[in-house]
Formats: sequence, structure tokens, C-alpha cells
Amino acid sequence: MMVSEQKIKMQLQCPMPKLDFDIITLGHGSGGLLTNRLLDSGVFDLLKNDLLDKRHDGAIFDVPAGRMAFSTDSYVISPIFFPGGNIGELAVNGTVNDLAMCGAQAQYLSLGFILEEGLTMREFWDVLLGIKYAAQQAGVHIVTGDTKVVERGKGDKIFINTSGIGMLHPRADISKARVQSGDKILISGPVASHGIAILSVRQGLEFETSIVSDTAPLNRTVTGMLDLFGEHIHLLHDPTRGGVATVLNELARDVRLGIDLQERAIPVLEEVAGACELLGLDPLYVANEGIFIAVVAAEAADSVLEYLQLAPQGSAAAIIGSVTDEHPRQVLLHSKIGGKRVVNMPVGEQLPRIC
Amino acid sequence: MKYLSEYRDADLVAKYIDEIHRTVTRPWTIMEVCGGQTHSLVKNGLLQLLPEQVKMVHGPGCPVCVTPLHQIDKAVHLALAHQVILCSYGDMLRVPGSEMSLLEAKAAGADVRILYSPLEAVKIAQENPGKEVVFFAVGFETTAPANALSVIHAQRAGVKNYSILTSHVLVPPAIAAVMNDEEAHIQGFLAAGHVCAIMGVDEYYPIVEQYKIPIVVTGFEPVDLVQGILMVLRQLEKGVFQLENQYSRIVRPEGNPEARKIIGQVFEVSDREWRGIGNIPGSGYELCAEFSDYDANRKFDVRIPKVSESAECIAGQVLKGIKKPFECPQFGKKCKPQSPLGAPMVSSEGACAAYYHFLQVMEEVA
Repeated sequence: MMVSEQKIKMQLQCPMPKLDFDIITLGHGSGGLLTNRLLDSGVFDLLKNDLLDKRHDGAIFDVPAGRMAFSTDSYVISPIFFPGGNIGELAVNGTVNDLAMCGAQAQYLSLGFILEEGLTMREFWDVLLGIKYAAQQAGVHIVTGDTKVVERGKGDKIFINTSGIGMLHPRADISKARVQSGDKILISGPVASHGIAILSVRQGLEFETSIVSDTAPLNRTVTGMLDLFGEHIHLLHDPTRGGVATVLNELARDVRLGIDLQERAIPVLEEVAGACELLGLDPLYVANEGIFIAVVAAEAADSVLEYLQLAPQGSAAAIIGSVTDEHPRQVLLHSKIGGKRVVNMPVGEQLPRIC
Repeated sequence: MKYLSEYRDADLVAKYIDEIHRTVTRPWTIMEVCGGQTHSLVKNGLLQLLPEQVKMVHGPGCPVCVTPLHQIDKAVHLALAHQVILCSYGDMLRVPGSEMSLLEAKAAGADVRILYSPLEAVKIAQENPGKEVVFFAVGFETTAPANALSVIHAQRAGVKNYSILTSHVLVPPAIAAVMNDEEAHIQGFLAAGHVCAIMGVDEYYPIVEQYKIPIVVTGFEPVDLVQGILMVLRQLEKGVFQLENQYSRIVRPEGNPEARKIIGQVFEVSDREWRGIGNIPGSGYELCAEFSDYDANRKFDVRIPKVSESAECIAGQVLKGIKKPFECPQFGKKCKPQSPLGAPMVSSEGACAAYYHFLQVMEEVA
């Protein structure tokens, strides 16, 4: 596939610099000699840009007049490498996508690492490559950062925090207050792929599969959509933790309207559906990292769908339901069989079942 | 995975539902034994498609729900006080013990791991020779072969730091217990397909005869369930009682002889306490003498005080089909998935959980 070819090319072009240490130690976070050695080792040259190169306490830059969006997120995933990506890509895409869901194009990111003593430089390098790759894809710059190291056992290899700012699209008018009865609910791609890809490599639950995470930056697709449909887009949301069910429940609760979903219309890759079945998980509650939900004015829904289906990884995009003033604060699913059921807010993490 | 779509075919379900409507002439009460069937009925919205005269009541076939409080307390005790690596199927973790659930024990520092297979636990034992590893062997006949195999495996590989905390239960004695309960008025059963895939169907003939009641071995997909229900209803309307097998694509009359052999090698039938129901004679498995070294009950001092159940939880009546989850005064009030009084509210096969997740709010609105 195109995407992974680009990734491999980048990995070949960016071999790890020769270092006189193989693992991260506490000293690398002390701010002293070892920290400087890590900073000067060439490791961070990967992320090079004018603002970062100043190595100041923060980045200083001009902004055009207008409205901005600002967002932050922390990444604590295990395992840090998974089919289709790693924690580095996730950390960039996640914040880029949070900004995109505000209707903003991410421009600058901060990058904070909390590394666990003993993390190998090889692993760290691969995470950095993931960050570089994702930043390139999204067209965003990492302009300030921080690295701390904690004792072995006090972290889980690597935690990352990213914050980002970006300019709002001039035609973006995205807020829950604009959601109204009759709006259509669209999804930009198949659900549950990321969560299942992670589970497939989690210790104790491993199973063989070709399912890969959907992690991807959504900003270009969103910008293009706002260029074309502007104020017809009432709300955007990326269904990450807790999946589609959680996002829609929050929405129904906050806007005091009901949501009707058509099970038949919800795209799930066949292999993902099979894995969910086997593990006893409901794909509606499984995490995603590269799709979004758009609540769209009914009259624009078909055109928006057409646009989304032509976007990268968008062929499965679909209209999955609508907003209604019946059954307020409640998400109802019309099953493939012709029955109805409530899609509730999940209580905690979904746990694999017994048999 | 093709069979998923075939057995979820909306047109086929509609045909069976029509046929059920044509067949039924008066009220009938049918119990689906297995919690997996309950969830499928509720999740797919099948209950609303059945005629009013057909009342489905939900049975005791939720292994997590019927695991006694004391066993959960023991598992928590092993994990916290004995510092073992406690391995379990995922849906045991949220079930409340008298003081805490395994999930809370994990948060308190215990090493609790979710596995799909007990063989994985043997592997963990091999990788951690300095630690004791205990697998919480819960389940009906369905999970017994894999649990038994883990013990055989450990013995063959000379793994000494592995043991299981057994809480195995058996379906046929539970059906008999439901029939013997004066409050339960069940007229037909959907037997649990997966249990029969292991054990075969022979054990059910005596029950059919003794209680003069139709039993249909049934699968879990929407088409399976409506077909199974139709088969029971046809018998009831004709006034006959037989054992039939709807799930013949999976269930052979003799079951899985290899799996049964392994069970016989490792386990012996014992009396067993069912959470909310009480003691049912001959309704469980214990490790037999030859494998007693792998019995966590013997290996560790697990003599902890027995705490009685919360009086507010009516799980026993729900599990026997006497009451529906909605009839519990605490349902959705004091008892919610995030603060359960009993196991059926948190198990993925529990009737209360099915009602809470898939029906509750709909009911409130209606």
C-alpha cells in the first residue's frame, strides 16, 4: 500500500545515528551532560525546523489574524508498537485530529516525553520516526519539546504528551449547539480497526490477523470538507476511546436530542467484525484513531458523503443515522434483524468475555 | 466468518417470526438457559418481535453470575495476600466480591491478568518461575476442556508453580433445579448449544422424560434463536415433549469425545454452590486426586471468612427465571454496572447487564 511504502522509504532514509549508549538512563532526563548528549546526538535532528532549532524554552512565532484552536492529549498506550503504527504516530495524529474536529488546521505542536529508564534507543528512534512521518503527513511542525526520564517500573516504556494550536477554517462553525433534529450522522471510514489491531498484539491475547490500526491525520480531509460545505457541517468528533457509541451518547445527552442508528449502515471491515465476534466485543465501543463522525445538515448529507467516499481511506464512508427529537438523550440502534436496542454509555473498558 | 451473515439474515428471521405468530395460540413460558442466548435475544431486538403470548425468561447459564461470592473473595485473597499472578477470563474482573472485585484488587496492586486461554497462564508460569500463577477456572462444561488441558500441560511440562481455582458448574443439574423450584413455571427450554457441543445431548433425555418438557438444543445467532423458539412452540402446541437439536451444524449427539475424555481425566463431579441459588448436588467439577497438586484450594491457605450475599440483590430469582431484571427494586438505582450489587449486572452474559445496556432507557421512555 502507498502509505506503508512511504513509511519504509523514510525509515531507510533516516538510519539511527551512531550512539555511545543503547538505552535510556535516568541521566538522560537530568538536564545535565547526558541530556545534552542525547539532544546533540542527532536523535532530535529528525524533527528539525527553524523554530525547534532555536532550542529556547518555548517557540515564538507570528500568527495571522483570526480564531485559533488549542488542544492537548496524552498517550499511554501498550504495546507502543502495533500493526499499522506506533505511539509516536498516534501522538501526532491524535492532537492534529482533535484540532481538526474543532475545524482547525494544526500548525504547531509541542512534544513532551516521559521515558522509562531502560527504553532502548532503537525503540525510541522508531517512535521518533513515527512522529516525523505523521508530522509530515499532517503538514505540522513540532516547535517545542521536553524529555523526562523516570525510574524503571515507574512508567511503561514511553508516555507522550502533545499539545497543538492551529488556525480555524474561516467557514468552520462547529459546535454542539448547532446540532438539530433531522441532521444526518456520517462516518468517514470503517469502525473498530485501531482497537482490534492493538488487542491483537496485547500480551496474553495475541492472535494472528492482518488488521492494522487506522491511525491517520484527518486535517486535510476536514479542511477540504469545510472548503466545500462550510456551515452545513454542524459538528465533528473523532470516536477514539470508547468508540462511536460513547461519542454519540455524549452528544445525545448534551444536546438533549435522540439519535437513531442503522446497524446495517455502519461500516466494519469483515476481519474486524470477525475478531470482535470472537473476543466478545461490540465494534461500536472499540477505539478508532483515523476516522471521524460528522453531524451534517440533512440537505447536504449526500454531497458530503460523496466527498468523504473519495477522500483517502474513505471508500467505506457512510450515513449511519440521524438526529431526532424523539427519545431525547438516547441512542437507539435499529438492528439488521429489524429489532431495536439502546446503545448505552460504556461503564469502563470492554473486557473480553469467557466463552 | 461467512456463517455470521447467514445466521443473521433479516429475511430468514422475519420468516421464522411469522411462523411463530401463526403457530402460537396461547401463552407459553420458555427459558433460554445460556446467558449468551439472553444477550443475543436482547441485543438483536428479538424479544420485541415475538408474539405477546411467548414469554422468554432468562436462565442460570451465566458462569460468571453463579460463581459464589466466596470464590471471588478467595481469588482476591490469592492475588493480594499471597501475591500470586492471578489470571482470569475478562468478564470475571468486574464481578463484586464481598470487599472488592478483581479489577479493584488490580488497582490496589495485585497482579491480575486477563487471558483468553488457560494455556497462556501455564506459559506465564514457565516465564515466571519465582512466582505462583493461579488461573481462575470458571465456566460451564464449555470451558472445562481447556482448563483441564492446562493442568495436563503443566503436569507434563513439570510446571510446579501453576494451579487453578476451580468454580466449574454444570447445566443439566441447574435445569433440574429450576424445574424443582415451585416458583418457576417454565414450559420449555432452549438448551445451551456450546455446552452440548462438548457434552453431547444424552444427559437431557432424562430431564425431558422426568419433567415432560420440550428441550431444544439451540445456537446463539438470531436465526438459531428464532428457529429454536419455533421448535419448542411447535412441541408445546402439539402437546408433545422431546429433545431436539436446532444447532446440529455444531452439536453432534455424542458431543466432542476427545474433550469429554480430557474432562474425565482431570475433573470429578462434585456438589457446588451457585451464587444466588445455593447448593446444587452434583452440579460442579473439582480436580480429581491425581491432579490435586494443581488445586489452588489445597496449595494455598484460603481459609477466609464466608460473607453472606447482599439481601438487596435478587440475582437468584433472576437466574431461575422467577423475576425479570426490571422487577428488581434496585435495578438501575442502587445496582448499576458501575456499582453492582450482584454479578448479573456486570457479566457479559448476565441478564441484568443485557437489560441495562440494551433495554433500560428504552423502557424508561416508553
